[in-house]
Amino acid sequence: MKERTIAFLSGKGGTGKTFLTVNLASAAPSAIYIDCDVEEPNGHLFFRPMWQSSDKVCVPLPEMDSALCDGCRKCANFCAFNALAWANDHLLLFEELCHGCGGCLLVCPHGALRETRREIGEKKEGTSDGVRVLSGFLNPGEATGVPIIRALLTQPDAGRSVFIDCPPGSSCMVSESIRGADYCVLVAEPTRFGAHNLRMVHELLRLYKKPYGVVLNKCLPGEDPSADFCLAHGIPVLARISFDERLGLLNSNARIAAREDEGFREKFRALLLRIEKEACDAAVGHS
Amino acid sequence: MKIAIPVSGKNQDSAVAASFGRAAYFLIHDDATGLETILENAAMQSAGGAGIQAAQAIVDSGVQALITPQCGNNAAKVLIAAGIKLYKSQPDLSARGNIGAFRKKQLEELLDIHEGFHGR
Repeated sequence: MKERTIAFLSGKGGTGKTFLTVNLASAAPSAIYIDCDVEEPNGHLFFRPMWQSSDKVCVPLPEMDSALCDGCRKCANFCAFNALAWANDHLLLFEELCHGCGGCLLVCPHGALRETRREIGEKKEGTSDGVRVLSGFLNPGEATGVPIIRALLTQPDAGRSVFIDCPPGSSCMVSESIRGADYCVLVAEPTRFGAHNLRMVHELLRLYKKPYGVVLNKCLPGEDPSADFCLAHGIPVLARISFDERLGLLNSNARIAAREDEGFREKFRALLLRIEKEACDAAVGHS
Repeated sequence: MKIAIPVSGKNQDSAVAASFGRAAYFLIHDDATGLETILENAAMQSAGGAGIQAAQAIVDSGVQALITPQCGNNAAKVLIAAGIKLYKSQPDLSARGNIGAFRKKQLEELLDIHEGFHGR
């Protein structure tokens, strides 16, 4: 079995991304779990890893040398996030709006801006019963977690399968999280709202030309607009996980079902094989 | 002295806009010449930092006083750095009415700068 990078996404929160990612990583023979939902990371609550390292994540921030600045305002005009303003012959910087792109430094014709660093969060690494766990933590109020996600995903994979727990939605943080993924798994609820959010992520993955399948979670008998959507668009449904009180209880107590119960473990192993097969077929089809 | 006021329409009878950064237009009244100009607020479409962008436009237009129902802290930083004084608009008056009230010194200085909406 080849080591692959699988990303788990959904258009909204609460569909079961973390549930699925944590359980599949636990059922895999050799896994790295990466929590890219850096605004609200919660995978570590399940894994309870022994943290072995913790690194600050910083972004570049401009600092002005007023002796070199002639007030041309190219930097302020360039900034797409309005993090720079010019008033009373002074450059005003709004740190919390700066995305750290470094563009202002590039466009300054006088070298009047230099780069300093600002901490926006941290990345932690540990292990939990054989699973390598990496989690990113974005400080509250920060504009974007992309730099933390980038830091998390530059880890050497060490011959393990990589399970990426993405942020919800279809924002740039999600795009960054799936960049290196070989295959994506969309987790959706069997409701109209679920189908609407499934469509959002489906469109994102089409844009990035990523192979993907859907796991329908918390399924009940009756109508399933998400399943209908998959059928209409020819998207493979990799699994239907029934609404199950025992599973829900384990999950809400932050227990990993695949570790607690042999029956669940087998089910997640079977799903893992299905995902592996889809990813393998997609890789062959691609080459 | 130049006075600016965020407005929802393109003339001086327009209502004062509900907020500063996302207002559709700014009415700029020049006390010295009596001239009034309408400035389109490009920041209205901004993805973020609208208050800062709007404040930059107000600073660049050489205004000395801004009449507004409210102002966020980022915008206020830019305006205050440029020495622009902020006054609280009267909710029952049009843009023209507020400029009149300002000239009669009936408007109070805006002191309660809010934390900004920042995407909310």
